[in-house]
Amino acid sequence: MKLIWKALVAATVMATASHAESLKMAVTTSFYNSGLSDVLLPEIKNDLDLDVELIVVGTGQALYLGQAGDVDAILVHARAAEDAFLAAGYGTHRREIMYNDFILIGPSSDPAQIAGSQTTVEALQSIARTMAPFVSRGDDSGTNKKELALWAEAGITPMGGWYRAAGSGMGATLNTASGMNAYVVSDRASWLNFGNKGDLALLYAGDPALFNQYAFIPVNPARWPHVKNDLAMQLEGWLTSEKAETLINSYTLGGEQLFTFNATR
Amino acid sequence: MAQGFLDAWALVFSFDVDLYEIIFLSLRVTISAVIIAALIGLPLGAWLAVNRFYLRRYVIAVLNALMGLPPVVVGLFVYMLLSRSGPLGGFGLLFSPGAMIIAQVIIITPLIASLSHQTIRDLWAEYHDLLISMNTTRAQRIMALLWDGRRALLTATLAGLGRAIGEVGAIMIVGGNIEHSTRVLTTAIALETGKGNFAFAMGLGLVLIALAIIINLMIHMIGKTERAGTW
Amino acid sequence: MVSILPLKLTAATAHMRGKRLVGPVDFTLGSGGMTLVIGPNGAGKTTLLRLMHGLQRCSGGALIWAVPDVEARQSQAFVFQAPIMMRRRVIDSLAYPLRLRGMAKRAARGRAQECAQRFGLEDLLSSWAPMLSGGEKQKLSLARALIVEPEVLFLDEPCANLDGSATREIEAILLAAKAAGTRIVMSTHDMGQAKRLADDVIFMHKGLMHETGVAAEFFATPLTPEARAFIKGDIVE
Repeated sequence: MKLIWKALVAATVMATASHAESLKMAVTTSFYNSGLSDVLLPEIKNDLDLDVELIVVGTGQALYLGQAGDVDAILVHARAAEDAFLAAGYGTHRREIMYNDFILIGPSSDPAQIAGSQTTVEALQSIARTMAPFVSRGDDSGTNKKELALWAEAGITPMGGWYRAAGSGMGATLNTASGMNAYVVSDRASWLNFGNKGDLALLYAGDPALFNQYAFIPVNPARWPHVKNDLAMQLEGWLTSEKAETLINSYTLGGEQLFTFNATR
Repeated sequence: MAQGFLDAWALVFSFDVDLYEIIFLSLRVTISAVIIAALIGLPLGAWLAVNRFYLRRYVIAVLNALMGLPPVVVGLFVYMLLSRSGPLGGFGLLFSPGAMIIAQVIIITPLIASLSHQTIRDLWAEYHDLLISMNTTRAQRIMALLWDGRRALLTATLAGLGRAIGEVGAIMIVGGNIEHSTRVLTTAIALETGKGNFAFAMGLGLVLIALAIIINLMIHMIGKTERAGTW
Repeated sequence: MVSILPLKLTAATAHMRGKRLVGPVDFTLGSGGMTLVIGPNGAGKTTLLRLMHGLQRCSGGALIWAVPDVEARQSQAFVFQAPIMMRRRVIDSLAYPLRLRGMAKRAARGRAQECAQRFGLEDLLSSWAPMLSGGEKQKLSLARALIVEPEVLFLDEPCANLDGSATREIEAILLAAKAAGTRIVMSTHDMGQAKRLADDVIFMHKGLMHETGVAAEFFATPLTPEARAFIKGDIVE
């Protein structure tokens, strides 16, 4: 008995390896799932000797973590919420980094015939008219907010048995859509990286209304003195550098470019 | 399923450093939490069995109810406690293994305390007259009951270990599933499931199950339980 | 060492859930010898022993040792009708009362070994106590009670569940303990055992000490009709 306890205690007490400087950044699931961070983080570590620790959550939770001072910076994509965040003084400023786009996914048989639509609005109206099953994130994330904004633009209040709010992240929502063979709005990266496509297919994309702007916001040190604002500023400098531009624009998945760098210097 | 087994097999023998890091952190967090929870829960269970006091029945009822505490609620509670905007924010513990250990201790202490209380209560009924007759102090009684009930208490502790090692809801919230920092097996499984990588997630799941079985077997072997002629 | 005796009971009474089990009892337990508590089932034999030992609280009257209770408790031991076996090996069961008194582990185990030899338990030292036979368990209980050399030893029908040879062994041990100066108070429902062992007798009936006295006189000329009937082997209610 004594022996077990000793062994257990020994295993427990072992400390974590010491770190270079580290910074906590809340990012959205869509950004993380794209795999872009796997390319960027090692380069950041190289150039700045900075460990960026990613907390992967929905935009709503990311903003809340910034508001509570639990992260040093956030990288999100929900313009209205970002503006409110800044207006309340939780962040110092907002810097646009890059954009990707949303796409409409659905059963390959396309029962609502959205593949040939002229606009996103027209596609959504077709889905609502035919009451084809549609799965929404329903989690107050950036993607969810975007989807709701598009419905509003189409003049439709989505409700009824055909409209299902999953209340989950992008991956879980795609899993649900795959299981129900339903339509769903996804960011392109999550879709390309998704391993359980089943009968789903990309049906509609390319409308500028579907563009998805990512912005970097450092948490306000005037509000939370412990946040590492200097490191956040270093990171911002790197993310808007020419090196970042090259890495972001040249990142492809399945032969497709995912992100377009558009920071102003 | 078959693909999951193949993936698990390939995973373990790939000697992938990241995987071992994740396994090691899972063990470190869970085992620390179990040790702390046992140090609190076992004496608490024994104390409740041996003492008669006014609110005893209510304390036990609450303890039993807390056994079924939803981990997500614990996670939220610990998050609000440790958040920079919370009362213990100054320690900067959020999104660290320490926060995960705290959440797990809260989840499994009631389980260990309640199970050990039931064990000790039965043993105390048996020992009561003898220990009173021997003029034991309260602390001596608790010590004797904990020691003589150690086999059953080990099982109670292992139940806590089982709950802790498979827990995901709370540690996801307070740990943040940060790569190389707070990612453990369960949160990695949730992540891979989210990416639709079911076979890989299943592989990790099988590693988790294997780990739980190995720990249990090891402890039973060292503790010499489940053998004829002993308790 | 100062004797904890005599023990004085003054109108001592014991209740359980509002029901009177024993008392009021006036009695003085002096030093020396072996007192047997006899009487029909439900007469209060067990409760009387538990009352004297402090396992049962006085609901009325008083029970006073010659020394303060805290000291008196240190010099008594109790053997139960159904042996209570700790989940330990025999040697550790025997060492336990010594360990409680602060003796070091090695010394306590040494004493336990000597004690086991005296009681014929030496071959069982490493056996698990709960696995012993009924007779061995009761011998272990007795050894565990006597290892701390108590001045007063209470026994509640220790031989009730034992066969003849085990009973004989227990009785031999008790006589040896008495010879060594231990004051023994023991209940039994076995009239033969009472006649073999008793120096004094307490005859319990309906929770009261119906008759007390020197054993030889009690068995020869019982004073009350109930005691007469009991000794004769009639049913006493």
